[in-house]
Amino acid sequence: MTVTTPKQQQQPVKKEATRDAYGQALLELGETNKNIVVLDADLAKSTTTLKFGKKFPERFFDMGVAEANMMNTAAGLATCGKIPFVSTFCIFATGRAWEQVRSTICYSGLNVKIAATHGGVAVGADGSSHQSIEDFALMSSIPTMTVIEPCDSIETRKAIKAVVDHQGPVYIRLGRSPSPVITEESTPFEIGKANVLREGKDVTIAACGIMVPNALKAAEDLSARGIEATVINLHTIKPLDRKTLVTYARRTGAVVTAEQHVLEGGLSSAVALALAREYPVPMEAVGIDNRFGQSGDPELLFKEYHLTPDDILQAALRAYGRK
Amino acid sequence: MNTRPTTQELQTKAKEIRRHIIRMLAKAGSGHPGGSLSATDLLVALYYGKLRHDPKNPKWTERDRFVLSKGHGCPALYAILAEMGYFPISELDTLRQFGSRLQGHPDMKRTPGIEISSGSLGHGLSAGAGMAMAARIDGLDYRVYVMLGDGEVEEGQVWEAAMAAGHYKLDNLCAILDNNGLQIDGPIHDVMSPLPLLEKWDAFGWHVIHIDGHNMAQILEAYDRAEAIKGKPTIIIAKTVKGKGVSFMENQVDWHGKAPTPEQAEKALAELV
Ligand SMILES: Cc1ncc(C[n+]2csc(CCOP(=O)(O)OP(=O)(O)O)c2C)c(N)n1
Ligand SMILES: [Mg+2]
Repeated sequence: MTVTTPKQQQQPVKKEATRDAYGQALLELGETNKNIVVLDADLAKSTTTLKFGKKFPERFFDMGVAEANMMNTAAGLATCGKIPFVSTFCIFATGRAWEQVRSTICYSGLNVKIAATHGGVAVGADGSSHQSIEDFALMSSIPTMTVIEPCDSIETRKAIKAVVDHQGPVYIRLGRSPSPVITEESTPFEIGKANVLREGKDVTIAACGIMVPNALKAAEDLSARGIEATVINLHTIKPLDRKTLVTYARRTGAVVTAEQHVLEGGLSSAVALALAREYPVPMEAVGIDNRFGQSGDPELLFKEYHLTPDDILQAALRAYGRK
Repeated sequence: MNTRPTTQELQTKAKEIRRHIIRMLAKAGSGHPGGSLSATDLLVALYYGKLRHDPKNPKWTERDRFVLSKGHGCPALYAILAEMGYFPISELDTLRQFGSRLQGHPDMKRTPGIEISSGSLGHGLSAGAGMAMAARIDGLDYRVYVMLGDGEVEEGQVWEAAMAAGHYKLDNLCAILDNNGLQIDGPIHDVMSPLPLLEKWDAFGWHVIHIDGHNMAQILEAYDRAEAIKGKPTIIIAKTVKGKGVSFMENQVDWHGKAPTPEQAEKALAELV
């Protein structure tokens, strides 16, 4: 585990979308690693893979609006030693092409990287059809799959690099909208290794993606109330860093999870399983409770679906109270 | 291939492969004889008469690739791979058993010579197109062959792949359609007609060749013609007989997915001499 101190929240935070960091990372990595190829399904502008496509046209394939075919084309490329990055929106990558990912990519053990954007309700105005809130469950349930959601743009760049170096299939969920940059260039990133962003003795908040900044905010507000929270960035949902999780469950005696995902099959499920097996403590989960998303400003949607710092704070108080 | 076997030799080999298929399925007690037997001649001609490959070096970078998209036909492929030395012939007896390298459907992680796992219909042409694209990126001249079933082409993804291969003008890609006219629930034109096939593939930008899928000379010639076609992928629509070579299995929909009993196997083997 790594303990790092995040940027002071009091300062005005810089915001950047993780999808933009992805496009940038591909550009840089594509320069040195000629095995990287990129496929997109008519969303190259939105996913930002177009930048790669413009620079390396011979290694970029727009596969049109045909996600299932795109997934298995990537599989074929991978059998020939390529490192395909497959991009579209999260819901289409994981939902439309799930069985292609399962049976041809993962069962064959192929080195395909599914880097999808527009995760969660933070998509906003496009509404439910474009808001992926089930993707962790879909991808985590496939044997051998690795599932990652970086917490900000800096972490995204490191994650993409790590994903290239990692052998095997990976799903990485990225965001559409600008979100707070909370890590530093020096913050370490290793797949499957959680980052402890803040240490406190009373309760542990484990979050992923853009829920991490919300967790940090909640921790500050808790501190003002005399409750000290540990905040863990569980950027790798699978394989989960159980060691770090259990260490802090032991130290704090209460755990809260926070994710932009339904409560079934995502981060909270993974954490609950690990805790139930290794060190049961009172646990609360912040996530989407059996509802579909809808159109709206992301901020309003976070309120509507109970994903705000205050929702995390309330959950932490409940978990703490159950100790 | 340095010297190409004669059509006579290929026919003899095909008979041997069919005998393996019958024995394997009878031993396993399950599996798919109909689509294995219809594909046998196409596969024997491909592996013995066309494919550039090296059984001693299955991962050779410049090898031609073969993808069995209709994965349930794998007994035919396993028998050929064994005969060619990818793994011992004795292993054919382990088909579908616990711990066997010969899974019920092709598994690239377990079986030498299998290029990609399959079994879920509709996936293979996309994967083959990916391999063909990799050859292009790497400036290599290997070719990619993909075998499809005629029921399988009812899958929408096949047409996504057809569109993409046509769009990218993958002339190093050759699809082989095992046009035996049957799927599980009946004749293809009754269940969900994918016809007309020629016009569809043509419309997706493919060169189409029609042949008798049990005529070795026609099959070899089609593989050569496909290689000569530039600027577009080629599909060989091969008219075949499901269950070919075993009289009581031929054109019988019920022999899609059941194994012969020991007595039936004996009867079948007596026909394959
Ligand atoms: C996606 C998918 N759906 C259903 C099946 C079950 N299935 C196995 S074979 C088959 C019929 C295939 O018919 P065809 O492609 O004509 O094969 P052939 O006649 O050559 O055996 C079906 C439906 C499958 N393997 N994959
Ligand atoms: Mg058929």
